[in-house]
Amino acid sequence: MAIFDDELRALKERVLELGSMVETAISDSVRSLIERDNGLANEVIKKDHLINALEVRIDEECIRLIALRQPMARDLRFITTTMKVTTDLERMGDLAVNIAERVLELNEEPQLKPFVNIPKMAETTQSMVRDALDSFVTGCSRLPYEVIKRDDEVDDLTVNNFKELLSFMIRDPKIIPLAVKRTYIAKYLERIADHATNIAEMVIYMCKGKLIRHTTTEDL
Amino acid sequence: MVDSKNGKYIFEIKKFNIFYGDLIAVKNVILNIELNKITAIIGPSGCGKSTLLKALNRMNDLIITSRVEGQALFQGVDIYDKDTDVIELRRRVGMVFQKPNPFPISVYENVAYGPKIRGVKKKNQLDEIVENALVRADLWKEVKDKLHESGMSLSGGQMQRLCIARSLAQEPEVLLFDEPTSALDPISTANIENLLQELRKNITIVIVTHNMQQAARISNYTAFMYLGELVEFGDTDSIFVNPQNKLTEEYITGRFG
Repeated sequence: MAIFDDELRALKERVLELGSMVETAISDSVRSLIERDNGLANEVIKKDHLINALEVRIDEECIRLIALRQPMARDLRFITTTMKVTTDLERMGDLAVNIAERVLELNEEPQLKPFVNIPKMAETTQSMVRDALDSFVTGCSRLPYEVIKRDDEVDDLTVNNFKELLSFMIRDPKIIPLAVKRTYIAKYLERIADHATNIAEMVIYMCKGKLIRHTTTEDL
Repeated sequence: MVDSKNGKYIFEIKKFNIFYGDLIAVKNVILNIELNKITAIIGPSGCGKSTLLKALNRMNDLIITSRVEGQALFQGVDIYDKDTDVIELRRRVGMVFQKPNPFPISVYENVAYGPKIRGVKKKNQLDEIVENALVRADLWKEVKDKLHESGMSLSGGQMQRLCIARSLAQEPEVLLFDEPTSALDPISTANIENLLQELRKNITIVIVTHNMQQAARISNYTAFMYLGELVEFGDTDSIFVNPQNKLTEEYITGRFG
């Protein structure tokens, strides 16, 4: 089993590598927004193919291990969790690209107003991604439950952001094109937080063997 | 027979011990086996799984030094009661072993052997029983033109199915299998596994296997034994995806010892 244990360790390291690439993509996309940095936004877009390639590589490795090692019990739960976590991470990478694309469009015009909600959302979302990945590494703790709870904060901020921008749009319809792009960005962050929540839910499955998806926060 | 939450228990094993002389081979096992389901018993060599299996039709009686404590009920009646008709018990609870062991007589006579001993004499009745048993054992098509050739002339997989047919001719309620495919190639193994799924509709099956994938593939329930004790018993799905006991986890993930 020593070989299999080494393979599982290597697989976990790959997931962490992917996680760190995705975390960088998210933080760079947010920074490119706040700092109106086209260069950084372009960088995020350009590097996405590396995330995609690593996702495929991890998936292939998982399939290989299922075929050759016929994992059972916690090994099986680890590998199935890895496959799902990887999909979520790759989607987060795509959303970071979406943010960067909107940044390039927003930067063609003068700034609408200073950002208030979006930096807060970005901060919470990024902490969720970090903690979800940490819980995947460290295993069974309270951490994944905390991640799931924080998703509600991000949802509330998304709604606040939309309401605020809506009132601006009603007052001044000329700003609609820019304001809509900002609501998009908030939505992308909200979806990144959803993917972090998915990861946390899978980590709980990995630890406890119980699928808690579609359970309300109160029931956890 | 007691109703379980899903069905009925055909065996109820209560605080059951089996000794070989002074050695205790099965310790305080409490286990219910459900009617018309496949129950797999897994565990490392020497854990007592075959001993427990053989107790279910008193094959252990053949070992002079063996004795039991506690109760093992079959259809509500104590298997080890002094009034138990052991021959009848073994007709109702048949057994198939690791190594195919057909008698060195014809295919036909192998299957007709039990019914003849039971007193079936008419040729057409025996023909019917033999054909029926061979069809149920999924062997008929392969042997119908060589019924009078020796049972020993068949391939390993065919011999094992012949042994199953020989048991089926006795119209058993239970079939016990002790490592039935460990001497067979993957195709013969798949044939036997498919056959077990088919038989399960009318017969309760208890199988001892070293092949964990086999237990996972075919059984409804899995029991894990270690050092004579029943460590964990549950739905096969739960045992292989999310076992509750650390020993079970280590054994099925191959990190034992």
